[in-house]
Amino acid sequence: MSIGHTLLGLLEAGPSHGYDLKREFDARFGQDRPLHYGQVYSTMARLLKHGLVEVEGVEPGEGPERKRYAITDAGLTDVAQWLRTPEKPEPYLQNTLYTKVVIALLTHRSAEAILDAQRSEHLRLMRELTRRKTEGDLVDQLICDHALFHLEADLRWLELTAARLDQLRTAVVVA
Amino acid sequence: MTDTTSGLPGPEPLLSARGLRKAYGSTPALDGAGFTVDAGEIVAVMGPSGSGKSTLLHCLAGIVKPDEGTVRYAGRELSALGDAERSALRREEFGFVFQFGQLVPELTCLENVALPLRLAGARRRDAERRAAAWLERLEVTDSGPKRPGEISGGQGQRVAVARALVGEPRVVFADEPTGALDSLNGERVMRLLSAAARETRAAVVLVTHEARVAAYSDREIVVRDGRTTADLTAGAL
Repeated sequence: MSIGHTLLGLLEAGPSHGYDLKREFDARFGQDRPLHYGQVYSTMARLLKHGLVEVEGVEPGEGPERKRYAITDAGLTDVAQWLRTPEKPEPYLQNTLYTKVVIALLTHRSAEAILDAQRSEHLRLMRELTRRKTEGDLVDQLICDHALFHLEADLRWLELTAARLDQLRTAVVVA
Repeated sequence: MTDTTSGLPGPEPLLSARGLRKAYGSTPALDGAGFTVDAGEIVAVMGPSGSGKSTLLHCLAGIVKPDEGTVRYAGRELSALGDAERSALRREEFGFVFQFGQLVPELTCLENVALPLRLAGARRRDAERRAAAWLERLEVTDSGPKRPGEISGGQGQRVAVARALVGEPRVVFADEPTGALDSLNGERVMRLLSAAARETRAAVVLVTHEARVAAYSDREIVVRDGRTTADLTAGAL
């Protein structure tokens, strides 16, 4: 999963401090693996360097200074581009796809369009594998079938998510 | 006849639909769906249960009349045809494969496959000779003398595919053709159906909710809430 894009997507809702960003990330996506502070600050430094975020203000505190980050126009374009580009089909994509769907809902983009683009990308690869399987020998068939069943599992998850988008939208916006 | 409405160069698709609306009582099944398929092309129609996939197939095949919108086949508008003409079109130019229950239980499998040819006026010997060739192609020669009740579900579907293709239709409508089969038998039906359709240059409209079945197609459209993908994705992001 791209932490940079996810943090950018979260920033699209409004400026935020690194600490609050980490907390929101962990609450929404970090069930198994919460972010380390170091990851957040190194990611924000990289986004800053590339002009995707800017420091909107610095608040002095008792500890280190607290920077308030805001997304730039270049950052908005980057999030849109990330959401629009389907992932390369491979097993265990759920984390990335789930993240994209949630960010799309949070930023009032079409989550359906993301799922549709991904379905089409998965089916493109499944067609290729089916062709190889049809033309190949038993070994080819077994190898291709393994990949096909994994891709099919992704697609079933995708269809189920598409069917539950209204529920998810409510859950995400309330969270 | 050329397509004067699109203004696009090139031949008109073999079968196309535009702006289809259909409601059953107060329940809308199609809400502005569109579709095209070219000769020799296999198009999968995907979507969740109740999304309107089968209604779309029935409208395209002239089985159901849409409330609004047009279906064009080979330059003719289906709604402009009379019932008799539409029946003749279905018999002579279209082939159908359903999930199950399509073979006549009293006839042998060979007679089932020969039936469309007999209805079209072919002599019994000629019809059964051609039917036997199709049973062989679908790898179910042994089922020829048996009745549908005496063979397995997978064999029955292959007999049904033979029957759909025996008249060399220009369009095959397949509604969940592997829906009642296990993976291995489903794969076999799809492999043989797609190979036979490609050899005879028949177009296939393949309704399925299974991605592995859709992977035998050249492209897919998705139906959701009675609308098709092209309308759903345009400018959505």
